[in-house]
Amino acid sequence: MQDQRWISYLLATAGIILILVGLARGEAADVMQKAVLICLECIGIR
Amino acid sequence: MHRHSLNPKRRLVQLAAALTANAHLPGFATGQIYQGPVKQVCVPFLNCYSCPGALGACPVGSYQVMLAMPGQAVSLYVTGVVTTAGALGGRLVCGWLCPFGLLQEALARPSARRVSLPRALLWIKYLMLAAVLILPALLVSSATGLGAPYYCTYVCPAGTLEAGLLVGLRDAALRPLLGPLFLWKVLVLAVFLVAMRYTYRPFCRTACPLGAFYSLFNPVSLWRIRHDAGRCQRCHSCRDACPLQLAVERSPNHPECVRCLECIRACPAGALTFTARPVPQQEPVDLKRT
Repeated sequence: MQDQRWISYLLATAGIILILVGLARGEAADVMQKAVLICLECIGIR
Repeated sequence: MHRHSLNPKRRLVQLAAALTANAHLPGFATGQIYQGPVKQVCVPFLNCYSCPGALGACPVGSYQVMLAMPGQAVSLYVTGVVTTAGALGGRLVCGWLCPFGLLQEALARPSARRVSLPRALLWIKYLMLAAVLILPALLVSSATGLGAPYYCTYVCPAGTLEAGLLVGLRDAALRPLLGPLFLWKVLVLAVFLVAMRYTYRPFCRTACPLGAFYSLFNPVSLWRIRHDAGRCQRCHSCRDACPLQLAVERSPNHPECVRCLECIRACPAGALTFTARPVPQQEPVDLKRT
């Protein structure tokens, strides 16, 4: 059976590209903006 | 079935990951969550960002919250973090890094490894994944134009434990706001806590959207379990050592496998390896002639 490592490399590369594009779009700051606030939904408050 | 001790190295890695992810120790004393710059780092496992000790952001919560915002789209950053982790090791994250996985293993009785779950329950986690991926954008309030992190709101027992009990109950301003939804979440948590005692990792197997996501990567991840049929003695030591009783020799990268790698430790013939490189196959052993 062929070892399909190219799929792994493709997925890992796609993942890294997504991270970089996301960072370039300022998403890390968006994540932080939400994550520094208490998540009322997680607690069970609506 | 022979007795098989757990890998102490894995336990150490699990503990180190749980402590590192929740290293804001003053938060546990004060009930205040960490608000520093590390919070922009998305961790690849389930760890509520409203846990008083959490340094990073939970991918499930972050993804949903960003999808629920008006005019926002899928978070490429969060998707990239989990895609990269899955592409490299599949469910290795579940078995070695996830603090909630560690909790489940710590609470389990030794006999929990032999208790199987109905197959239908195992599919629920894929419904949870679908809910995480689309519901925040699909169910939007007509009044506010906002969606919500529905999985966190109604299901996530990690959030209930880490945020609900450690922050919500202790905060004098939040305590009066706790109502039926909080009680529902505590009930869900209680059900899982009891289940954790009697079966192996019930939450990972039935309700974790990240587990569902990573399970798709198990057969194609770079690091995966390789089975050398030539070395295999068909002794089923791997199956006996597997906490999920998976047929490792037939399906070494089964979607349910959390990559605890106990099968590799148990194999007396060295027929299993966890590696990124293909393993040269030896000629299968003719058991009739040996």
